[in-house]
Amino acid sequence: MPHLWLRVAVLFYGCALLYALGALLGRKTVARGVILPIVGTAGVFHLVSVLETVLAADHFGVAVTYQYQSILALLLMIVFFIVLWRYRTTSHGIFVFPVVFLLTMTAAMEHGAPELFSPLLRSSWTYSHIVLIFLGYAGLFFAFASSLLYLVQERSLKSKSVGGWIGLLPPLAVMDDIGLRSLILGFPFMTLGLIAGSVLAQESYGAVYFRDPKIVLSLLMWLVYMFLLFMRWMSGWRGRRAAVLSSVAFLSATLAWAANYVSAVHRFVER
Amino acid sequence: MRYLLLGINHKTAPVSVRERLAIPESRLPEAMRRLCEQPGVEEGLVLSTCNRVEVLAAVESDSADLRTFLQDYFAIAPEEFASHLYEFREHEVVRHLFRVASSLDSMVVGEPQILGQVKEAYASGRSIGAVGGHLDALLTRSFAVAKRVRTETRIGSSSVSIASVAVELAKKIFGSLEGKSVFLVGAGKMSELAARHLMAQGAGSIFVSNRTYERAEKLAQRFSARVIRFDDLHEKAGEADIVITSTGAPHAIFRKEHGKQFLQRRKNSPMFFIDIAVPRDVAPEMNELDGIFVYDIDDLQSVVTSHVADRQREARCAEEIVEAEVIRFTERIRTREVVPTIISLQEQLETIRQAEIDKVRGRLGELTPEQEMAIEALSKGIVNKVLHAPISTLKSVAKAKARETTTVIELVRRMFNLDRPKEDADKEQEKTTEVER
Repeated sequence: MPHLWLRVAVLFYGCALLYALGALLGRKTVARGVILPIVGTAGVFHLVSVLETVLAADHFGVAVTYQYQSILALLLMIVFFIVLWRYRTTSHGIFVFPVVFLLTMTAAMEHGAPELFSPLLRSSWTYSHIVLIFLGYAGLFFAFASSLLYLVQERSLKSKSVGGWIGLLPPLAVMDDIGLRSLILGFPFMTLGLIAGSVLAQESYGAVYFRDPKIVLSLLMWLVYMFLLFMRWMSGWRGRRAAVLSSVAFLSATLAWAANYVSAVHRFVER
Repeated sequence: MRYLLLGINHKTAPVSVRERLAIPESRLPEAMRRLCEQPGVEEGLVLSTCNRVEVLAAVESDSADLRTFLQDYFAIAPEEFASHLYEFREHEVVRHLFRVASSLDSMVVGEPQILGQVKEAYASGRSIGAVGGHLDALLTRSFAVAKRVRTETRIGSSSVSIASVAVELAKKIFGSLEGKSVFLVGAGKMSELAARHLMAQGAGSIFVSNRTYERAEKLAQRFSARVIRFDDLHEKAGEADIVITSTGAPHAIFRKEHGKQFLQRRKNSPMFFIDIAVPRDVAPEMNELDGIFVYDIDDLQSVVTSHVADRQREARCAEEIVEAEVIRFTERIRTREVVPTIISLQEQLETIRQAEIDKVRGRLGELTPEQEMAIEALSKGIVNKVLHAPISTLKSVAKAKARETTTVIELVRRMFNLDRPKEDADKEQEKTTEVER
């Protein structure tokens, strides 16, 4: 049963999500004492499932290509726990838990061993490409989540209606710090990941790959990412402007991800 | 043993009465000692804060008179305070004390000081021996209830004064106030209070400014702050993270265009304007700028009002907790009341049983172990069957019908002839406490 632990993890993630949704809809506060043990347990099962896949595949890279959604989700959870440890806030969970749940669920529902479409996927360049890009994605995702939370908190302060669950969000300065740090940490990973990808593509396809939608979108995402980082760094963009920009960056990242399904050169699993 | 409580508080008595009954901390031990000397009073505690004076006692019978104590101690005529006095007995005392300790009876519901004051009174009462087993049980329970209320409700979590709301908002914006600079424009009681609160929370450098330079200097002395000339106001204000304004200017001194300049110079780092002046010193349009937060006096007041409403809602949950705890505690002490009687009842019958066995053994001579066991079992069986009804009656009466308890205890003691000479009773008392432990 290769997916057993992953399915257990999905079950726990699902419970956490249901509880959080129920609490928020019922206008109650999400109790840390309830949610953290659940996602913690889920995280442990999740980690076990990834380790098991890696060991079973006998090669880290194969596991990466096999269960890429599960590994991205695990990275998001790890960042979530780092943020919790460093800043004592669970607010990002509002965005992290649903995404992690969806990613792990799709991973858990896949059957059988992967059929690798391209021999390329066995090269270690590919594995580093994927993991680096994932780290970049995680950084961008947390920057995006932080800027949305910042926006919500800023609106409530501006409209002078502090209180309710918004009142429980961490201070603006903390959100700003988390957002900026995840951008800064994510950027080098993203850049190196894209470089690794380009080297790969150059070797196997030559110059044609520049017209591929996946590549165009990835490049666009990287440019927006860099612009966002630059503006935050240089003129301290916060609030609405930062939120809009990081939404654009995140949207282009999602499109670049989705482009796997239309791209001619970037299909790693036969569908 | 009965609980009795007599007191006045901010709801029943004006300050002119409260101040006459207030007892300074240094004289509390002496007051408690005098209270315990009253006839019928076994243990006593006096609580005296600026909002209340309460006299609590564990009394032997209803004859104990705490009013006389007040009258004698304060040398005050009864008609002067009688109308302001409230009096509680039994479970009402328990409820009242739980509510006081949980800060439900306070002027500002949920304020944390009262619990500390009750604890201090308890400690000094214990140290002089005025507080013994009975009050100890009640008071330590009240501390536990107060803690439960504080953790299970959010009664004390929100700020209910202008200055503390200002601090809370500043923390929502800046996180820690460590190293943040405050600019105080104009002097005023409320703005200075807000500045003091901010500094108490770690705000670093402080600047002051006033239209008249001398007044600014005086203000600066009070805060050990740097004076900024009123003409340099707009030059310097952008350097501060928090600006508190309370000038008498007829028009706004900070307008939207100033805000834009500030933001440009400080790379969009957020600013917080606390405008306490009427007419306002900060143009309301300033709040439209990203990164600038403006709260005028009405905004702050409305936050305070909503927090007060929050507290009242939480207070209702707290009252439920207190009610449940009162029932639990009174049940516990009621059952405790019958424990000595149950024990002496058991002892009495055990003595009778032993005596009868000794008698019969003399007559029967040597017995086999089986016969010994049979006699033991038979006699124990009879005793237990006889005891069953009175013990369970005692227990159930204690739990359900408080008023009858004394009568039933009295009846059982008389029927089984349990009241023996005093030394015996003392020994028994020791055993009782052992059993309770």
